[in-house]
Amino acid sequence: MPDAAAGGHGRIVVVGASLGGLRAVEQLRAAGWTGRVTVLGAEPHMPYNRPPLSKEALAGAVPMASLVLRPRAGAADIEWRLGTAVSAADLADRTLTLADGRTVAFDGLVAATGLRPRRLDRPGPGEGRHVLRTLDDAVRLRTVLTRRAAVRLVVIGAGFLGCEVAATARQLGADVTVVDPLPLPLVGSLGELLARALLRLHRGHGVRFVLGRGVDRFEPGRVVLDDATALPADVVVEAVGARPNTEWLAGNGLDLSDGVLCDAHLRVEGLPYAVAVGDVARFPDVRFGGGARRVEHWSTAGHTAKTAARTLVAGLAGEPPDQAPHAPLPTFWSDQYDHRLQAVGAPRLGTDDIRVLDGEPDRDAVIGYHRDGDLVGVVGFGRGRAAVAALARYLARLEAGPASAAMPGSTTLRPPSMVRTAPVT
Amino acid sequence: MMRVVVDLTKCQDHGQCVYAAPEVFQLDGAGKLAYVADPDEALRDAVDEAADVCPLQAIRIDA
Repeated sequence: MPDAAAGGHGRIVVVGASLGGLRAVEQLRAAGWTGRVTVLGAEPHMPYNRPPLSKEALAGAVPMASLVLRPRAGAADIEWRLGTAVSAADLADRTLTLADGRTVAFDGLVAATGLRPRRLDRPGPGEGRHVLRTLDDAVRLRTVLTRRAAVRLVVIGAGFLGCEVAATARQLGADVTVVDPLPLPLVGSLGELLARALLRLHRGHGVRFVLGRGVDRFEPGRVVLDDATALPADVVVEAVGARPNTEWLAGNGLDLSDGVLCDAHLRVEGLPYAVAVGDVARFPDVRFGGGARRVEHWSTAGHTAKTAARTLVAGLAGEPPDQAPHAPLPTFWSDQYDHRLQAVGAPRLGTDDIRVLDGEPDRDAVIGYHRDGDLVGVVGFGRGRAAVAALARYLARLEAGPASAAMPGSTTLRPPSMVRTAPVT
Repeated sequence: MMRVVVDLTKCQDHGQCVYAAPEVFQLDGAGKLAYVADPDEALRDAVDEAADVCPLQAIRIDA
């Protein structure tokens, strides 16, 4: 077994060259690791920013090439091996097997392999069916959406990705229908009030929604639903969630039932020399409780990389990790048409008790989500940026205040100025 | 000295930088970004964080 010396004479291998992998190498250097760092990435591209793939880049407003992320100046002397997929890992022996059969030894391991789109398991030809996760996916989708006027697009799944693709495609002139088995778009994430506002927004832009319906099968040029309705479709986008890329870690006795199970310091099953970052990592939700879960937000990559890098550098030096468990305040956003949605905390946990804190849901509004009377999430939504500004002011105070470190059951997210709430009737 | 440059042609007023470094970045009442171009060195970690979390990657830190 290789030896890892304190300060870093060994080698850390990061598996995954997306945002999580990039942030991991930056944070390893920031945490004082001076040893070798190798990044193995399955895609041929340097790390790039994924959120614009369903928005500005799909719309053609920004070139795909501009999405490549700039590493921090401190992240120097990193060996990037792109187009290099890892097929297996032996955590006891500390070796990785690459898809081409070669092996790579490591002292420390960062698992940052992210997700891949879930595919709809329904019969029919695959032609014309797309997913959207990678830059190459986005290029392909943009090509077919802009091939001619009024392309007929059926989006399956009314989550964030499905709604963003629908909005962008509509702006490109496509004829768009969204299908989802749930009664409203994004209702699980945002609750009924904003779900209805989003539905009105989309319908106002001419997008059709077929809700409460699933897909029965695909046929050439159409999608047949479970009530036998047939939707004409030149292009189909399956936006039905994503699966963690963990197959390469199989055979090590790990819990890979939904991502890589980590402890509160992001160690893989308590190993001192292996950590996970980004949306492949499943870790205890220290802030809101409810057990370990994966967090599929863009911000997760940065948050987890910071904790995981410190944990790994300490572990390789034979030291314990930071005392504080990993408990970031999640944030996420979505852009649809000229509307911005910005969220902080965990709105999904408070969808049974939604209150308008400020404004009106169809204009600029700040919405509060409560659990057991406590604010657990806030969402700003609107065309102008007033809601975002209100949210930012409120958050700056929140982050600065000592209450921000409080744990579940407290009124962490309720600063005095935001208590002027009114129940939704 | 640390120099912060925000590419305002990229900035879309997400405000993530404000959460990360409220001493340096602010949104005004209309939601438009204002920032300190030469913040104190003591704020470097926060400014690094702000640059990391910018969804548009519009923040550059020189020196």
